[in-house]
Amino acid sequence: MSQSLYERIGGEAAVNAAVDIFYRKVLADERINRFFEGVDMEKQAAKQKGFLTFAFGGPHHYTGKDMRQGHARLVKQGLNDSHFDAVMENLAATLQELNVPQNLIAEMAAIAESTRNDVLGR
Amino acid sequence: MPHIRFEHRTYALGDNESVLDGLTRHGVSVPSSCRSGICQTCIMRAVQGTPPPASQASIKESLRARNFFLACACKPTEDLEVALPGNDDIPLTAAEVIGKDALNHDITRLRLRTQPGLVYRAGQFVNLHHDEVVRSYSLASVPQTEDFIELHVQRIAHGRLSGWLHDECTVGTTLSLQGPLGDCYYSKSDVNQALLLIGTGSGLAPLWGIARDALAQGHSGPIHLFHGSRTAAGLYLMDALQALAQRHPNFQYTACVSGGGTQGDYRLGRANEIALADYPQLKGWQVFLCGNADMVKTTKKKAFLAGAALKDIHADPFEFSATPSTEQHHTEQDHGLSCTPLAAQRALSLTQRSRAAD
Repeated sequence: MSQSLYERIGGEAAVNAAVDIFYRKVLADERINRFFEGVDMEKQAAKQKGFLTFAFGGPHHYTGKDMRQGHARLVKQGLNDSHFDAVMENLAATLQELNVPQNLIAEMAAIAESTRNDVLGR
Repeated sequence: MPHIRFEHRTYALGDNESVLDGLTRHGVSVPSSCRSGICQTCIMRAVQGTPPPASQASIKESLRARNFFLACACKPTEDLEVALPGNDDIPLTAAEVIGKDALNHDITRLRLRTQPGLVYRAGQFVNLHHDEVVRSYSLASVPQTEDFIELHVQRIAHGRLSGWLHDECTVGTTLSLQGPLGDCYYSKSDVNQALLLIGTGSGLAPLWGIARDALAQGHSGPIHLFHGSRTAAGLYLMDALQALAQRHPNFQYTACVSGGGTQGDYRLGRANEIALADYPQLKGWQVFLCGNADMVKTTKKKAFLAGAALKDIHADPFEFSATPSTEQHHTEQDHGLSCTPLAAQRALSLTQRSRAAD
């Protein structure tokens, strides 16, 4: 039986390795870091971990509705495609830094991409 | 088949059933969200028994050491007695003041003799109760080497408890306290790791304890403590810290004065800014931040961006805030508890709020 994407990438250990790197990139990115001003860092890191687990094809309980509700406040603040693109860039850069093979990065990018319309409230 | 005891009742778990699923199936309400060991909403504490390692793998070491675990990831092989964080009835114990002296013009040092058997770590805190006022004070003493607990009490203008502690409480007075509480302390996971300690005002109290605790436990990596104050008169324990640096080559102390002044045994500027300028790269470091809440919040983010892992940043913000959900309705200083994650932070805050110095 072929392994799931989540297993091939290394499961929870891989998510743990990625979460600090990804969150640090996002916080340092001038294009999007204003959306993260004043948030509780532990809570935000837990959300990032949830998102990465989802993108890695792991066990998750995300629904389109959660994505919409979770980002509605940010959409009001002007969250748009350019910001979503920036997050996708940071995700790819994180995975490259962890030497994840390009074909797996593409699989993950496709999963993350599937949330675009829900995140942007369309 | 293991049994789970919770709030005086016992529940049987099914085959391969998690504590969360088992309790929920029996109608017990446990806060939860992802049910996948990720969000940490369902964090609980084992009062009796040992939770399986898988249920503790993703939580902070300091919480692990206190038997916290994730209920959704906990499939025990033995019976457990469990509690939700903050639901414990934390008992009050008596402590007698055995020493009182001034550390500077507005910080008083209290030394207390507690009941035998108080187990704590330097950097945790206790809640002092007096006349229906409750305030938290960090523990500056080191249990391995000192048979008293030490608190640094900063006088707060119109502060009900700090005023009483400064003016009326004397050697021989018996105080009532709860604790120890909190997770801001040294964990001996890697004795070679570099430690950065930054504190302002009486935020030196936990750091004075944490630094000496680490040294007493044989920490061999570099430890650098930065203490900041607006004025030179607000600095304290300078001689003791310099003496500690003399005795331990791996310990360094830097005093900082932010409000301007003449050059002395200190550097001019904010402690957090000086520290981060000295150490722009914090990958692999363990960072402790105590004192002024804005300083702690800003520095936490900067330390993370400088490369410190989030789990290696321990923060103890002292802030003024109105405390919700407790019997106290006045504005008071609040123990931010950001050493505890997520649900634990939220739930623990119900019993552990109300910070320091007032």
